[in-house]
Amino acid sequence: MKRRPVGQKPVEIILMRQLASSLAMPIFLVDPSGNMLFYNEPAESILGRQYDESGEMPFAEWSTIFEPTTEDGERIPPHALPLAIAFEKRRASYGTLRIRGLDGISRKIGVTAFPLEGQGKRHLGAVAIFWEEDRT
Amino acid sequence: MNVRLWGTRGSLAAPGPDTLRYGGNTSCVEVVANGTRLILDAGTGIRPLGAGIGPKDGRVDVLLTHLHLDHILGLGFFQPLDQPGQEVHIWGPPSTTLGLHARLSRYFSPPLFPVRLRELACQLTLHDVTGGEFAIGGLTILADLVCHPGSTVGYRISDGITAMAYLPDHEPALGADDFPTAAAWTSGLDLAAGVDLLIHDAQYTEVEYASRVGWGHSAISHTLSFARMAGVSRLVLFHHDPSHDDAMLDQLVATSAGTEELPFELIPGQEGAVFQI
Repeated sequence: MKRRPVGQKPVEIILMRQLASSLAMPIFLVDPSGNMLFYNEPAESILGRQYDESGEMPFAEWSTIFEPTTEDGERIPPHALPLAIAFEKRRASYGTLRIRGLDGISRKIGVTAFPLEGQGKRHLGAVAIFWEEDRT
Repeated sequence: MNVRLWGTRGSLAAPGPDTLRYGGNTSCVEVVANGTRLILDAGTGIRPLGAGIGPKDGRVDVLLTHLHLDHILGLGFFQPLDQPGQEVHIWGPPSTTLGLHARLSRYFSPPLFPVRLRELACQLTLHDVTGGEFAIGGLTILADLVCHPGSTVGYRISDGITAMAYLPDHEPALGADDFPTAAAWTSGLDLAAGVDLLIHDAQYTEVEYASRVGWGHSAISHTLSFARMAGVSRLVLFHHDPSHDDAMLDQLVATSAGTEELPFELIPGQEGAVFQI
């Protein structure tokens, strides 16, 4: 008998990615530790890089690489981001913030984030749905 | 480990002269190893299996993958449930709001069935299975949710030397235009990786699948891709569509086996077939 080498994602996460891949709204998916697992094609145009180029990304990286700030330009600490609140505190969160995409463009975005909870209250991660509110 | 197929049909029993070789009974598989017997699913195939089980055979364990009717219809006619004192354990998935007891009670109650769950004569214990590893007798079972509508698990069973996986209702290609994609993003792969025997959904042709995406089943070509990715030794095509008679299944298997060199033994699931691994 050979051993299991795969490390497969939970089926709910697989289905969430498949759903995100089918939707026209930007979606960003993280695991229970906040590590980015996937973002879809509509998100790529706001984040300024294709998912295939970036691949999975640790929380410490994605929470700073886009330089999130308030609308007044004040830096937002990683754990205050709506998506961080969703996966850490396991509750929905909303916010308006400004990010700089990896294409160098600053964008004002609205973010709604919510935790993913599976059967038996298994914490699976969180999802952010976001949209561009204007561009400068 | 000995594995016997008691029912290979999917969705609906399909008895008749055109399904004699592959069989008409719905899903039921018996696994015996290390002095332990497991019964996987309780489709109509469980009735003849249960007829041969008596009190001297000891504890009976039935592992349900999900509660669609073709996987539980035989329970009401499973003889050990009617035997006073017979120890029976039924394992299966809860929903997100109801436990296995509440879900099974829907079937074991009028008007669907005249006998209520609490009226069964046996000594019945129900176990909610959402995932993870557990032991029954001399066997280790790994369960995991898989891609199929509702709450559905697949099972990987090991006797410490060999392993088999059972995913009778599974749609790993759902939403993946370029299936097979990365292993980590493929439903069911942890269960099937490297097993000696994989029993897997193979309900549709590619043409049929195109109009049934999201129904929770596989085109045979997807099943072959999944087995290849999992690196299995033997693949048993299972959960045959009730509209596929023996002649059509012969043709589908021949076509599948002939399209490419397969790195595993391809076995069309036939009722009554026995495998030793």
